Amino acid sequence: MATDSRRSPSTASSPLRRGRSPAGFVVLAALGVALVALPLLGLVLRTPWSRIAEILTNETALTALRLSLIVATTAAAISFVLGFPLAWVLVRSTFPGKTLVRAIVVLPLVMPPVVAGVGLLAAFGRRSGLVGSWLYDWFGIQLTFTTAAAVLAATFVSFPLAVLALEAGLRGLDERLEDAASTLGASRWYVLRRVTVPLLGPQIAAALVLSWARALGEFGATITFAGNLQGRTQTLPLAVFEQLQTDTDAAFAVSMLLIFLAFAVILGLRGRFLR
Amino acid sequence: MTLAVDVTSRRGAFEVRAAFEAEAGRTVALLGPNGSGKSTLVSTIAGLVPPVEGAITLDAAVLDDPANDVHVQPERRPIGVVFQDLLLFPHLSAMENAAFPLRARGVTKPEARRRASELLARLGLANRADARPRELSGGEAQRVALARALIVEPALLLLDEPLSALDVAARMRVRELVRDELARFPGVRIIVTHDPVEASILAERLVLLEDGRVTQIGTPEEIRSAPRSRYAADLVGVNAVRGVLEPIGEGTGRLISSEGTLVAPWPEWYVEGEVVGIVRPIDVTLWPDRPEGSARNVLSGRVTSVAIEGDRARVRLATEPQLVAEVTLGSVERLGLRPGVEVWASFKAVEVELLPP
Repeated sequence: MATDSRRSPSTASSPLRRGRSPAGFVVLAALGVALVALPLLGLVLRTPWSRIAEILTNETALTALRLSLIVATTAAAISFVLGFPLAWVLVRSTFPGKTLVRAIVVLPLVMPPVVAGVGLLAAFGRRSGLVGSWLYDWFGIQLTFTTAAAVLAATFVSFPLAVLALEAGLRGLDERLEDAASTLGASRWYVLRRVTVPLLGPQIAAALVLSWARALGEFGATITFAGNLQGRTQTLPLAVFEQLQTDTDAAFAVSMLLIFLAFAVILGLRGRFLR
Repeated sequence: MTLAVDVTSRRGAFEVRAAFEAEAGRTVALLGPNGSGKSTLVSTIAGLVPPVEGAITLDAAVLDDPANDVHVQPERRPIGVVFQDLLLFPHLSAMENAAFPLRARGVTKPEARRRASELLARLGLANRADARPRELSGGEAQRVALARALIVEPALLLLDEPLSALDVAARMRVRELVRDELARFPGVRIIVTHDPVEASILAERLVLLEDGRVTQIGTPEEIRSAPRSRYAADLVGVNAVRGVLEPIGEGTGRLISSEGTLVAPWPEWYVEGEVVGIVRPIDVTLWPDRPEGSARNVLSGRVTSVAIEGDRARVRLATEPQLVAEVTLGSVERLGLRPGVEVWASFKAVEVELLPP
């Protein structure tokens, strides 16, 4: 009866027990924090602060930054545009195979990114891709090694985050407010625009920010599917990887920039994860 | 203008079947206990739950007719609804809430705001126009919801439990306001409530709904003088027993219900079927032992509750059928009436008034 004893009022409401954590836990918790904090500290210490302005304004870094912003923003936008209707369908309708659909959509979250890249090649590759060969033969469109491929790779990994955030939002929405709106003369479109979307504001923001951040950091799928071409597919993480082999200082400086962007994202979520 | 409702609606396993009419200028109250199907009926009239059978018409306009595949969408019905929990839009100000139906119909923003301001001012909310719903008191929120329902001057005003969310003090004030607004509203007016006092103050006509069925329709006076169900009888404070009659001679009959049997005078109009026997609590006499005498109805049972009202007490008895007796405080003391005590109740056959169902 472990659950019973945990719920019993004498332990749950005891102020003495609340404030005190087992000593072993404190040690393990501190180890956990160190695990995350040490690399951050290392980065801060190894970053060539005196050269950082010079490194980040050189051609390679600027090109990668610009490309990263384009790729991440486009991926987040696509994730939202496709994710909102999908979340809607998953929350508000029932159809056979719904569980399977959700499992497939969420899979990229736990899939090794390099496998995602291989999968994208299998689907959109020019020569043997399921859709890619057809696109090439009929329209002469080649996705691999283009910015579009980098966007596709980033979207693939960030889409589930957008869907999950929007699904949670829609699930928590009081549908009766939408019913009330329709009795007040609002068409379905008007209800969506004036009631549903505004009420989901925070969740929509979370979906955009999370998918943007995930897209910004994508490495494995991008390098596998889109390659590492400066100006076309070389996003910031790819630039870090390349520079690590040639100019370590530059690698640390660009890493610091990515950390800064990630930190901005967390602040942008207004402490959603900090409380 | 007349709203005619004759529908069967389902929500899950629960089925509501109701038929009634409501004319413009006369408020109709749908009155029933919780779970009687009032909310389902409101949703059906509002167009949110399409009926499975029957029809809803507003004069010549058919709003629902499932047999002919007619279902007018909620947004196309000329109905203003105030929902039980109001459902104000939390992200919009009081003014924007009130202006919402106008904006949804394409009225320009300045015009919508002007008309919303006017209406809010009439409802005494001129200085709360910019407040969000969570900043409003219960009574203020109620008035914003009313403004939102009234602003497009609908043909039908539907108020679902308009006062249930308010505390006692606010309820008195808002009840006056609701009554005034109902009085000046020219269309069909329907309020839904579980409170008989509210119903008889606000409405001229009552539709009693029990367990998904209409059990009685009439003015408060009609229902008071001739309740036709246990619920209606409870509302007006009398005992009602529904059953069939069987003659036992000497101008009397036996009223046989599933809960017990009473002796009553044989009504000349009776042919067959169910009737309702009314016994007024004041006519029920209580005794410590089996009474001697001429009363034809003598029942025994335990006291289940004693409610004191002024110098009198209403005593509920677990007799068969169950009864309420009204006695003096002296009797309560003399008979030692309290829950659990065994007593005898008696009343004459002529004190059972039989009514057609």
